[in-house]
Amino acid sequence: MSDDTLTIEIDGKPCSARPGQMIIEVTDAEDVYVPRFCYHRKLSIAANCRMCLVEVENVPKPLPACATPVADGMKVRTRSALAVAAQKATMEFLLINHPLDCPICDQGGECELQDLAMGYGQDVSRYNEGKRVVRDKNLGPLVSTDMTRCIHCTRCVRFGQEIAGIQELGTVGRGETTEIGTFIERSIDHELSGNIIDLCPVGALNSKPFRYRARSWEMAQIETIAAHDCVGSNLYAHVRRGRLMRVVPRPNDEVNETWISDRDRFSYEGIYSDDRLLRPMVRDGDEWHETDWSTALETAARGLQQAIAQAGPQGLGVLTSPSATLEEHFLAAQIARGLGTDNIDHRLMRTDFSDEKRDPVSPGLGMSLDDFASCDAVLMVGSDLRKEAPILAHRLRQVATGGGRVGFVDSEHRNLLFPVMAQAIHPSARLAEGLEKLLEATRESHTAAGADDVHSSLAEMLKTGSRTAIVLGLRAASHPEFGRLRTLAGRLAAATGSTLGYVTHGANSAGAAMVGALPHRRAGGDAVAGKGSNALQMLTHPLAAYLLHGFEPEWDTAAGDTALATLANAGFVTVLTPYLTDAMRSYGHVLLPAGTFAETGGTFVNVEGRWQSFTGVASPVGESRPAWKILRVLAGLLGLEGLEYDDIAGLRAAIETVTGHPATEDAPDWQDSPAGLDPEDTVVPLTTLYGCDAIVRRAAALQATGEAGRAPCREVSA
Amino acid sequence: MSDPAREEPAVLPEHVREELDRWIPQFPEGRQRSAIIAGLRAAQHENDGFLTPQLMDAVADYLDLPPIQVYEVATFYSMFETRPVGRHSVSVCTNVACMLRGAEKIVAHIEQRLGIKTGQSTSDGRIFLKQEEECLAACCGAPMMMVDHKYFENLTLQDVDEILDGLE
Repeated sequence: MSDDTLTIEIDGKPCSARPGQMIIEVTDAEDVYVPRFCYHRKLSIAANCRMCLVEVENVPKPLPACATPVADGMKVRTRSALAVAAQKATMEFLLINHPLDCPICDQGGECELQDLAMGYGQDVSRYNEGKRVVRDKNLGPLVSTDMTRCIHCTRCVRFGQEIAGIQELGTVGRGETTEIGTFIERSIDHELSGNIIDLCPVGALNSKPFRYRARSWEMAQIETIAAHDCVGSNLYAHVRRGRLMRVVPRPNDEVNETWISDRDRFSYEGIYSDDRLLRPMVRDGDEWHETDWSTALETAARGLQQAIAQAGPQGLGVLTSPSATLEEHFLAAQIARGLGTDNIDHRLMRTDFSDEKRDPVSPGLGMSLDDFASCDAVLMVGSDLRKEAPILAHRLRQVATGGGRVGFVDSEHRNLLFPVMAQAIHPSARLAEGLEKLLEATRESHTAAGADDVHSSLAEMLKTGSRTAIVLGLRAASHPEFGRLRTLAGRLAAATGSTLGYVTHGANSAGAAMVGALPHRRAGGDAVAGKGSNALQMLTHPLAAYLLHGFEPEWDTAAGDTALATLANAGFVTVLTPYLTDAMRSYGHVLLPAGTFAETGGTFVNVEGRWQSFTGVASPVGESRPAWKILRVLAGLLGLEGLEYDDIAGLRAAIETVTGHPATEDAPDWQDSPAGLDPEDTVVPLTTLYGCDAIVRRAAALQATGEAGRAPCREVSA
Repeated sequence: MSDPAREEPAVLPEHVREELDRWIPQFPEGRQRSAIIAGLRAAQHENDGFLTPQLMDAVADYLDLPPIQVYEVATFYSMFETRPVGRHSVSVCTNVACMLRGAEKIVAHIEQRLGIKTGQSTSDGRIFLKQEEECLAACCGAPMMMVDHKYFENLTLQDVDEILDGLE
C-alpha cells in the first residue's frame, strides 16, 4: 500500500480511499448510497442535515459520512441497525415542519426529500402540533420560493458564497424561527443564480417561469448543448409532447461541471415568443404574402440568380450568425463559393479587420477549460466576461480562488466577485496604450523606480507564472483597433511565454471559422486568392442581393442601424429567421422560417475547440424547418452540386473530412503593426447579458431581471 | 460590495469605527467577519437601542462583507433589535424562582402602567418592554428585572415604579 491510499471497509467490502477524503466521497465512488440533503460535491461541507449518519466501528455514536474523514482500517456500516435508526430519526425530524403538499409542489416527482421519505420515512406521523409556516420571499423573476418547505440545508447559501462569489441569501434568525432569505427584500441577480433551483433538495426554490407548467414524469429528457455563449454548456432539455418545457444542466466536469448560466437555463422561453415566423413569406411590391415552402424557396433561388445575372457573383453577400451550427455555416459558405463569391462572413460584431490574416483557423482559448481554470496567471484584455460567457467567468474565478492570479487591461473596472491582482484601466479609445505600457514593463529587468505599479505588477505576473494565458475578450474583438490590440497581446504573449486566446463570439465562432464562413479562408483554413467583403463592408455598402441567416442586423451587428439602411437598398434579400420583425418586413424579400437550436440538430465548436453535436429536441414551431435543410434545398435549386446530404450525420462527416487536416499555421511573428479604424469616432457595440441574441432577447423572465436590456447598448468610444 | 439596489448605508459614528478598529486586529487576517458582533453592539448602543438596515449595511461595508452576513448575526442574537424600539430595554424574569416571588404580578403591573404588552414599546419611544426572561442567574434576588443590561433585584411594585419613572 502506497502512502497516498488507504483501505477502509464499507458494509464488509474493502475499498481504497485517499487520505483526507470524507466517507461519503468513498461510498459515492463505490456506488453505496448514503442519503443526504446538505452535502454536494461542488460545495463546502456543512454537515447540518444529519441525514448521512452512518455507523463506524468502535465509535459509540453514528457519524455524518459527509464530514468524517477516512482513516486506515476504518469499518463503516451504512445499513446497520444503528445507522438506519439514525437516518430514520433524522427523517422524522425533518418532516416535523415540512408540509405535506407534494401534490401541488413543483418538486413532486423529482424531490430528494420525497424520495428519501419513501425510503426512510414512516407512514404515520407522531407529530400532532402545529407546523411552522414561513413567509415566501420574492427573489425576482427567475426563482420561485415556498419557504415553508425549506429544510435549512444551506446549499443555496453556500452556492452564493463559494460559486457565485456574492452571498445574496443567508440564514436569518435562529432556532425554530430560522429562515433562508435575503432579510431585506431584493431580487437575486447573479448570472448563475438559477443553479440554486437544482441545488435545492426540496421544493423551496423552484423555477418561476416553469411553475405549474408540467410534472417531471410527463417530460422526456433529451441531451442538448447551450446556444448562447462560447462555453457550450451541456444541457438536458425537458420536453413534453414536442414542446420544450425547461432546461437543466447536464453534468460534464470538463465543460460546465454541474452549473449553467441563467441565460442558458431560461432562454427557452424565447423559442415560443409570439413573433415566431410560422410560414414562409414572400414580398410582392409592398405586400407580404404567406406561401408554401416550394414557392418561397423557388422565389428565393430565382431572386438570387437574377441578382447575380445582373450584378455578377460579387453582388451577392452571405452573412451567418456566429451562433449558427457548424453544418449551417458550412452550407452557407459552400453556397457563396459555389455561386462564385467570397462575400461570406459570420464576424458580425467586428469593426477592425486589418489583421484578419492572423485570425486562428479555429479561434479559442488554445487550451481546455480545465487547463484554463488551473492557470497560474490570466490576463484578460477588453472583456466583460460575466456577461460574455458566465461559465467562463466562473472558470476564471477558479483561477483566482485556486491560488492563481488574474489581471485586466480594460476600459472600465469589472466587478468579478473574486480577488483581482491588478486592473489597468485605460479609456476605450486608448486601450492599446495599456498593452504598450505592459509590454514595456516586461522588458524592464527589475521594476524601475517610478515605474507604473499596475503595469509592472501585471508584467511580473505573466513572467513568473509557469502556465499563463492572455485572453482577448469580446470588447477587444469588436474594438476599432482590434488588430493593434491583438498584435500587442501577441508580442506580450511571446515575451512572457503565455498562450494567446480568445473569448469567441456566440456559440460557434470557432466552428464558423473552421468551415470557411469567412471571406479570406475556405473550409479547412486555406487562404482565398481573391478578396471577398467582410461583414462590416457588406452591411455598410449595399450589394445587389443578400442571404442572411439567424440574426437581427439592428442588434447583432457592429453596423447596427446602418445595416438596416444598407439592406433596404439591396435589390433582393433572403432571410432565414425564426422570428418575424418589422425590420425584416422592410428589408427582406423572402422570409424563410428556420428553427431555433432546440428544433434542429447540429454541432457547436466551443472555446476550447470541443465539437459538441446535438439533436433537435422540440417539434418545429409552425412550418419552420432546420436551417441546414433549407440551405441544402436552396443549394439544389441554385444548381449547386455535391451538397445533397440526406441526414445531418452525412453532412457532419463531410465537414470532418474537410476540416480534419487544417492548413498548418505558422505562429504569427507579430512584426508589422496593423492600422485599425479611428477609435475616437467609431461606435463600439457593447455586450449585454440578456441582449446577446434573438432568442435571449425574447425570453420574458430574463428580460424582467435587473440585468435585462433587450437592446445591446452602444457607446461612441472616446 | 456596492449594490445600487439598496439604500445608501449610514455613516458609522466615530465610536463604532473605533470599536471596530479595536476588534478587527484581534482576529486573523481575513477573518474580520468575527468582528460583526462588536460592531453591531456599538452601533446599536449609539442608535438608542436598535439597528437599522442602513446601520447594518454600514457595518458590512466597513468590514468589507456582504450585508447578508451582518443581517444573519443581527437576527440570530436576541440582544440585537432589528426593528425600531424604545430607548430603554426592560425585561422581567418569569422563570421559577422569580415566578414564585411574584414576577407575573410585576409584568402585569408594568404592562398596565405603561399601557403596552410585552414585546411593545411606549408611544413616546421611552421604554421597550422586551420580553419575559428565562432566568438571568439572579435567583437569590428574585423577583428581578433587567433594565439596559443592569439588574434590579428583590423588586416590589413601588421599586418598579421608581425605576421606570427614573428612565429618561
